[in-house]
This record gives sequence, structure tokens and C-alpha cells, in this order.
Amino acid sequence: MNQQIIQEDDIRREEEFNARIAAGKTIEPKDWMPERYRRQLLRMMSQHAHSEVVGMLPEGNWLTRAPSLMRKAVLLAKIQDEAGHGLYIYSGAETLGTDRSEMIDQLLSGKAKYSSIFNYPTLNWADMGAIGWLVDGAAIVNQTVLAKCSYGPYARAMVRICKEENFHNKQGYQIMAVLMRGTKAQQEMAQDAMNRWWWPSLMMFGPPDKDSPNSGDLMRWKVKLQSNDDLRQRFIDRTVPQAEAIGLRIPDDKLKWNPQTRHYEFGEINWEEFNNVIRGNGPCNKLRLKQRRDAHAEGNWVREAAAAYAAKHARA
Amino acid sequence: MNTNDALYTYCVRLADTAVILSQRFCEWCGHGPILEEDIAMSNMGLDLIGQARGFYAYAAALENKGRSEDDIAFHRNEREFTNRCMVEQPNYDFAYTMVRSFLHGAAAYLQYRELTKSGDETVSGLAAKSLKEMTYHVRHSSEWLIRLGDGTDESKVRVQNAVDDLWQFTDELFEMDEVDQMLIRNGIACDLTQLRQEWDQMVDEVFSKAGITKPAPGGFQSKGGMKGMHSEHLGHLLSEMQFLQRAYPDAKW
Repeated sequence: MNQQIIQEDDIRREEEFNARIAAGKTIEPKDWMPERYRRQLLRMMSQHAHSEVVGMLPEGNWLTRAPSLMRKAVLLAKIQDEAGHGLYIYSGAETLGTDRSEMIDQLLSGKAKYSSIFNYPTLNWADMGAIGWLVDGAAIVNQTVLAKCSYGPYARAMVRICKEENFHNKQGYQIMAVLMRGTKAQQEMAQDAMNRWWWPSLMMFGPPDKDSPNSGDLMRWKVKLQSNDDLRQRFIDRTVPQAEAIGLRIPDDKLKWNPQTRHYEFGEINWEEFNNVIRGNGPCNKLRLKQRRDAHAEGNWVREAAAAYAAKHARA
Repeated sequence: MNTNDALYTYCVRLADTAVILSQRFCEWCGHGPILEEDIAMSNMGLDLIGQARGFYAYAAALENKGRSEDDIAFHRNEREFTNRCMVEQPNYDFAYTMVRSFLHGAAAYLQYRELTKSGDETVSGLAAKSLKEMTYHVRHSSEWLIRLGDGTDESKVRVQNAVDDLWQFTDELFEMDEVDQMLIRNGIACDLTQLRQEWDQMVDEVFSKAGITKPAPGGFQSKGGMKGMHSEHLGHLLSEMQFLQRAYPDAKW
């Protein structure tokens, strides 16, 4: 009898929840939500926060070698923004009932994922341009849509984050534009970065719609508002003319403008590579996790000291 | 040496010290003990790059040979760098980083405070901006010294070791030469020897709260960073920092 009442109650609440989303209202931390919705949001937000934090590493690799004081300042500010985004999204995710420390443990144990793009190495200075322009450019396309998602704390975080990402995107493109106006060696550097980052950037939108699991629920809950393929197409359409404007070649022989569809057609993405990197077999998967684990382990005594000090002075 | 030459040298010394310490903070980026400290250290690194750029740009203008801030920062060798040796010391661990930040920061805070009264408007303007930044760098590092000194047994040992090892670079924070003397006479620079006592008080106060023992006087004291005499660490730092400018001398970035 009781069981039946609880079930009926859940059905009613889920109907209300669905109606709220259908009406374009946001879900807030204290609102009732289906457990699957909560888990899904927590997974997305913690992955996103981890991506911001792991994403500091490939760019941090060039920070001490930035070629001018201005570039060093811009790059440092950009990476600092990413740390801030991480902190902000972790806080947002905590509203779903999981501590930051628990999320970080899941990252360090390898249980939680982060964006696979950061499992590629940064091999020359132009990679700082390519990351800002292509990787952050792809992130903006994703996040602009997420800013309208149904979970209030996540949507609001995205509005603010997108503003900063736009600055990241511009500084990246500007690095590339300056290199393309520079010496032959600089132009080669830029093209090399383009060749290495183009395809992984397209993979950032996830598997093709036909192979994308649980998209149905996510779309209905307005956690996901557009399909992977649509977002990927939007990114390509806006990025190709930018590449052409500064003389960079897109490393895709099949790329061509289709005047009927008013979209670019493009070649086959190497999904085998994508799946491999996701499974942990990318060029830097081991390195990135080691870097995060080392930083965490080496910081352990500092966190313990801060906690011990706080405890002593809370009693006093 | 005329006043203009002296002021050029003075500004480059301030900028060198700021840029080298900034480089050390950059090394922490992405590797901090907690995310909040990663952000804080990036912030201090950014402040210091800003200070360096301001003083290099002014030095370049005083020199008037068409060189830029980057020409000065990226195209001199270690014997031509004039930073205080304290700031080139490696990060080693978070305790070293915070002790270095505090010992240097307190001296820089006092120096900039005096330079806000400089008869040179550019120097006083740059000092006013830098003073605000150094005020919170000192607050940040001193709070950590106290937390670490009064934290766990391990943190207490680490922070004391850092103080013991870095103490040999403290006298140098107040070292002056004929450049300072000329600019003091002209009302542009300040007398660092007169700030030493106040610095000692700041240090004593924080050490006392932290339970840190101040090293006894009489140990080795490093000298001469301002004359290009450095520790072995600076050359490595510069070879990394200057790599692209040196490898592609004809490139603009």
C-alpha cells in the first residue's frame, strides 16, 4: 500500500517536473528532480569541471616559454580563468549533493572522465593559438547551447563562462593570425598546429548522432538542446572562413562548401581514434592523470596543515 | 653615469626581480595544492608580469634606442640580469614558495611604499600600482606562513627549513650601490637601509605567530644580484623563458 502511494507520488512529481521543463522554466537545487536527471547533470558538470582543470596542463606547458611578456600575461590570465571555471562548476555540481573532494577523487582514480582533447600534447607555441581558437571555439559552440539548459546553476555558470571563453577564442585566433603574417618558420608552426588540432576539435562534439547513447532523455529534459552533429556542423561553418582569412589550410581534402545546404561538407572523422582516446589510449592520457595525481599528492601536506590550523583555531 | 642611466638601471632591476618571480609562479600553474591556491599564485604571477612590463617599458623609453620591453627581458644573459637572488630560487615546495614570497614581498612592499613619494612621476605611479598588489601578496604569504607554522608537524618542519635555506638571500634585498645613491640624492629612489628595521619587525611578527625561529645572524649572505652575480638556478630559468625569442630572433609574436 505505502509502496504504491510512493510510486504514485513519484509519477505525479515527475509529471510536474516535465511540465516545468516543457514550459521553459529552470530546475533549481532544492526542486524535486528524477534521480536519473540528477545523476546525469552531476556527471556532465563534474566532467566539465575536470576538463577545465586538466585543460590547464597542456597550456601550462608553454607558459614559462611564452614568447613575449604580453603573451605570457594573456596566457596566464586565460589559464587562471580555466581554474576559475573549474571552481565555479564544481560549486555548481555540489548543489546536486556531491562534494568537490569526492569528484576529484573520481577524477584521480580514473573513474570520472574529462574532455579527451586534453589528451593531446602541445608541441609548439602555435598550439596555444590552436587551443584558444579551435578548442575554446568548439567549447563555446557547446556551451552557448548549455547556457539555455534546464538546470539553473549550470545554465547561469555557462553564461558567465562563455563571456570569458570568447576572450580565449579571440586571443587564440590572434596568435594564429600573427604567426601567419610572420616568418616562414612561424607559418609552418601555425599550420602544424592546425593539422594536429583540427580533427580532435571536431571530435569534441561527441560521437555522430546515430551512435550517441541516451540522447533521447537528455533532449527531452533540455539538458542537451542540439544534437552532436548539428553543433559540429555549426563549428565547422564558422571556423573554415576564419582559417581561410589568415591563410591556414584545413587538413581535410573532402572539405567543400555546398551552396544548396549552405553548409560545409567534410571528410570522415576517425572515430576509432576518438574511442581509443576515450578509453585511455591517447598520447597524453597517462601523463595528464599523473600530473593531476602528483599535484594532489604533493599538495596533501598543505591541505592537512590548513585543516589542522583551522581546527585548532575553531576550538579557540 | 648620469641620472638617466641610473634610472634606467634602477627600473631594469625592479623589472628583472618582478619578471623572475613571476616566472616561478608560472611554474605552479596547474600544479597547486588546491585550486584556490592555483588561482592565487596565477594572480600574483600576473601582478608581477604587469610590474615588470611597466618598469621595462619605462627603462626602454629612458634608454631611447628603439628597444622594447621584450628586447630587454628576452635578450640578456644571466650575468646581465640584475634581479635579487631570492626570487630566482626554485619553488621546491609550497612552503619555499610562500616563504620566498613573504621575505621578498615584505621588502618590495616597503620599497614601493617609499617610491610612491618619488620625484619621478612614472616611478611614483608604477610604485602606487605595485604597492596595492604587494600589500595583498604579503597578506597572502604571511597567512600561509602562520598556517603552516601552526599546522601539522610536517608543515612546521617544511616552513622552518624554507626559512633556514632562504635566509641567506635576505641581506641582499636591501643591498644598494652608486645607482641608488645617485637617485636618492635626486629624490627619485629611496634608502633601503632605512627600511631594514621595519622589515625585521614585519618578519618578527609573522614568525612569532607562526612559531618560526629566525636564523641567527652571521651565516652566509649572498650578494650582488644587482651586479649580475646569481645562483646556478637563474641560467636554467632564462634558457626556458627566452627560448622562442632566441631561437627565432627575426620573429614577431
